[in-house]
Amino acid sequence: MLWELFLEFLKLGALTFGGGYAMIPLIERHVVKECGWLTRQDFADLVAIAEMTPGSLIVKSSAFVGKKMCGLAGSVVATIAAILPSFLVILVIAATFLRVLGLPLVQSVFRGIDAAIVALIVAAVVSVGKTTVSDKRTLLIAAGTAIVVLIFNVHPVLALLAAGVIGIVLFR
Amino acid sequence: MILWDLFVTFFEIGLFTFGGGYAMIPLIQTAIVDGFGWLTMKEFVDLVAIAEMTPGPFALNSATFVGYMVAGLAGSVLATTALVIPSYVVMLAVQAVYSRVKERPLVRAAFKGVKAAVVGLILVAALSVGRASVVDWGTGLIALAVIVAIVRFKVHPVLALVAAGIVGALIFR
Repeated sequence: MLWELFLEFLKLGALTFGGGYAMIPLIERHVVKECGWLTRQDFADLVAIAEMTPGSLIVKSSAFVGKKMCGLAGSVVATIAAILPSFLVILVIAATFLRVLGLPLVQSVFRGIDAAIVALIVAAVVSVGKTTVSDKRTLLIAAGTAIVVLIFNVHPVLALLAAGVIGIVLFR
Repeated sequence: MILWDLFVTFFEIGLFTFGGGYAMIPLIQTAIVDGFGWLTMKEFVDLVAIAEMTPGPFALNSATFVGYMVAGLAGSVLATTALVIPSYVVMLAVQAVYSRVKERPLVRAAFKGVKAAVVGLILVAALSVGRASVVDWGTGLIALAVIVAIVRFKVHPVLALVAAGIVGALIFR
C-alpha cells in the first residue's frame, strides 16, 4: 500500500498543471475512479475542506488520502511523492533552462494550455456540482456564493462559513 | 541567517494562503522583493511565469524557485518544506476528526451548504481565469472543445491539455 501510494501520487504530482481548481478533475479521476481510495462524496467533502484550509489541493489530497489509507507513514509518503516531480522540474529549470521560455513556440504552446486550463476549471464546476447541487436551495447557495464573491468581493472563506451555517439551518 | 528567514517566510505564506496559489503572489512579492530584496521585480515576474507553466501548484513551484535563487539546493528544499508543513499538519488533524464525524447529520448539513458554495467559488475561478486566457476565437474554441471532451467524452484531462498545447503551437504562430 505504501508503495502504491507513492507511485500513484508521484504520477499525480507529475500531471497537475494549472494548480488549484484545474487539478480537481485530475485528482478526482485518479483517487476516486482509478484507485478507489475515496468515494465521490468523500472527494467533494475534501474539496470543501480544502477551500477552508491553507495550502495547495494536491498536498491536502495526499495528506488526507495517505493518512486514510496508511496512517502517518502513508501521509508522509504520499505527500513527498506528490511534490517531488514539480520540485525536480523547477530545480532543473532554475538551474539551466531559463532562456528557453522566451521562445515563440513555447509561448504558443502555453497559450493553448492556458485556454485548456480554463476548461478544466469548468469541468471541476460540473463534477463537484453534479454531486452537490441537487435542488433549488443548493443551486441558490452556489449561485449566491458566486455573485457575492465576484461582485461584492466578499472573502471566500467568509462566504463558505456563511454557507455552512445556512446549510445547518436548511438541511437539518 | 538567510536559511532561517527563508524557512519562516515560506512557513507564514503556507499558513496564510487560502484559496489557491495566486493569492500568494502579493505576499511573496512583499516578503521577497520589497522586504528582503532577494529578487528584483523583473526576476519575480519571470518566476511567476515559470511557476505557472510547469507542473505542480503555483505556490509550491514559487517556493522551490525562490528558495533556489536565494540559497541553492538547500534553499529550495527548505522553502518548499516550510510551505507544505502548515497545510499538511492541518489536513492530518482534519482527517482524524472528519473520519469520526462525517456521518453526523449536523456535519452533513453543514457540508451540503459549504459544498454548494464551493461550486459557486469554482465558477468564479473559471470566470476570472477565463477572462485572461480566453481572449479570441482560437482560445475560445480550445476551451469549448476541452470542456466537451472532458465532461461529455471523459477524455483524460492531461490528454486534453497536451492536445491543447499542440493546437496552440499550430494556430498561434
